Amino acid sequence: MTLEELEQIAIGARRENAKYDYEVNVCMDLACASQGAGALKDALVKAAEASGKTVLVRRTGCMGPCSHGPLVRVDPDETLYSRVKPADAERIANSLGGPPAAELQCDLAEYFDKQVRVVLENAGYIDPEKIDDYISRDGYKALLTVLLEMTPNGVVHRITESGLRGRGGGGYPTGLKWGTVAKASGDVKYVVCNGDEGDPGAFMDRSVMEGDPHRVIEGMAIAAYAVGASKGFIYVRAEYPIAVARLNTALREARRNGLLGMGIGNTPFNFDVEIRLGAGAFVCGEETALIASIEGKRGIPTPRPPYPAASGLFGKPTLINNVETYANIPPILRNSNKWFHGMGSERSKGTKVFALTGKIANTGLVEVPMGITLREIIEVIGGGVPDGHTFKAVQTGGPSGGCIPDEMLDVGVSYDALLKMGSIMGSGGMIVMDDSSCMVNVARFFIEFCMTESCGKCIPCRAGTAQMYTLLTRMCNGTGTMDDLALLEDLCTTVKEASLCGLGQTAPNPILSTLKYFRNEYIDHIVHKRCTAGVCNMEAAVEVMA
Amino acid sequence: MPVLTPPTLPSEDKRWKIVNGTMRKNGYARHALIETLHTVQSSFGYLDDDAIRYVALSLRVPLCRAYGVATFYHYFTLKPPGKHTATVCAGTACYIKGAEKLIAAAETQLGIGPGQTTPDGEVSLMTARCVGACSRAPVALYDGEVVGEMTRGQMLERLERWEVE
Repeated sequence: MTLEELEQIAIGARRENAKYDYEVNVCMDLACASQGAGALKDALVKAAEASGKTVLVRRTGCMGPCSHGPLVRVDPDETLYSRVKPADAERIANSLGGPPAAELQCDLAEYFDKQVRVVLENAGYIDPEKIDDYISRDGYKALLTVLLEMTPNGVVHRITESGLRGRGGGGYPTGLKWGTVAKASGDVKYVVCNGDEGDPGAFMDRSVMEGDPHRVIEGMAIAAYAVGASKGFIYVRAEYPIAVARLNTALREARRNGLLGMGIGNTPFNFDVEIRLGAGAFVCGEETALIASIEGKRGIPTPRPPYPAASGLFGKPTLINNVETYANIPPILRNSNKWFHGMGSERSKGTKVFALTGKIANTGLVEVPMGITLREIIEVIGGGVPDGHTFKAVQTGGPSGGCIPDEMLDVGVSYDALLKMGSIMGSGGMIVMDDSSCMVNVARFFIEFCMTESCGKCIPCRAGTAQMYTLLTRMCNGTGTMDDLALLEDLCTTVKEASLCGLGQTAPNPILSTLKYFRNEYIDHIVHKRCTAGVCNMEAAVEVMA
Repeated sequence: MPVLTPPTLPSEDKRWKIVNGTMRKNGYARHALIETLHTVQSSFGYLDDDAIRYVALSLRVPLCRAYGVATFYHYFTLKPPGKHTATVCAGTACYIKGAEKLIAAAETQLGIGPGQTTPDGEVSLMTARCVGACSRAPVALYDGEVVGEMTRGQMLERLERWEVE
């Protein structure tokens, strides 16, 4: 396929869409689908036919505000309807061309106004199973332009200049990583997409893979060209069957259109992608464990160096990036670095997608420019804590992150600022907790997770997380002592310093951050045998006292 | 490399053809072990010793490695599931919204713990690390169907219906 042919497809797709006077987009992401979006779409198709108007009913990926689902957006007016039932289909079809169905409309201006959509620019606008839809929104343009007009070195340079940092959580400069793999010697190299979204409470990568799969493939192809690879792997959780199906469809369509395979864009560049399924192991998010898993082995990390950039998959130089990192590549290359630098803060450029969940009014996916304050995300976009409860903490970074209290919410979101607060950016889970959450119990929840997910290779992580869990369990049932607390703090340092991989090194973060900001709750549990949130059952303590 | 005779099929079951298909598609490469075990589990519902042995021999992978992989990953199960499966999500968002209480209620109702099946083979109770429907927490899956904003009552009603069947 050449750029001209691509442009022809885009023009054709736009012309096809222009035949319709109205577009009714139905969000069919997991959250909306679980509330009957499938039946709703069928009802809308029927109602649209009955109305006699020319209407295109389209299935789309996640529109964002999941708590208001099932969502329907009618274009060209961009009217958003929330909590739509199949019975409302006729009402919506009849309103086309007239005033909108006011009783179904929802005003989420505040939810959308502060957001900037780069990674999610297509989510809610394209049918994820139609490559033409993606191409009509400048899809694959960046890939073909890069192949024809830029050298691999030039691409690495552009990405380095853009200041993009890894969106998987660590924030390693993407350009630097690409440069290292590009310079590594060897004929065979691999690019790997980490879609093993193990952080419980996060679903950004799932939404991107399900809602805009071609974007990930395009990003991977550009990366492969830049580093000199001809084979890619997408490692996806088996718990995401829809994402796997959508990616498979996308790969097939891309191959059929000559955007994957041999001689892409009539250049000597060959590239193809295979999907590999994860099997439910959090540690496989760590890059060396992920490589072991793709090789069909147990997901056990190996010491670095050698880094995957030098010796990774099957012993070859391997580039591993997260889904969201690849999804950022096409828009960066389509636009200028100046455009990308216009968003974000000094050392964290661009946007970040967060999965906003927990005790908050508007749950869902949000994409915000870096540097926005946590308070804006939680109170303005998220609509604050509902049901008269008060905010207590926000948890970012999942089991590797920490809990951030109210007094720190005015800090701008960036890799460095979150690290300084004792948390991490993480892959983008953002869970809001109110006064009904007990922070000691939260710490116990996360350490239990790390304990069961520890691969067992190194002792600090395997034994340390188990001991920390025992100590926290004692505090939660009222039998903890102040000596236990001292021991817990000591163990945190040991596990953090001595573990082999990121899982163990960050496992104490939830404890350390809750100890830092909510120490009084630990003291309450130990000294007063009291859980103010009413979560912990203190029966054991009563028995001891009696 | 010496040509190895393929191992004999564990049974006449047609589903082994699907399993063979996955291995063939991957050129009987050793790194296709996880892919093949996925196919076995999706075809048969679980992995038993015969299946693991067959796959290991077919791919020329040591038995210990195949068993190691099958037991390392949470997604693989070595026990046959019940007729129905209720999976309660135990991810962070679901935990914050009270998933632990839901799990406890299901345990009492069914008389079994997570990962177990009722003695009559009717219902399996599972927990999931996260199904990615966090915005609708707490979430449960009934035979794969995602149901959000679960209440204790709704869940017990569903379990009761299954038990009666």
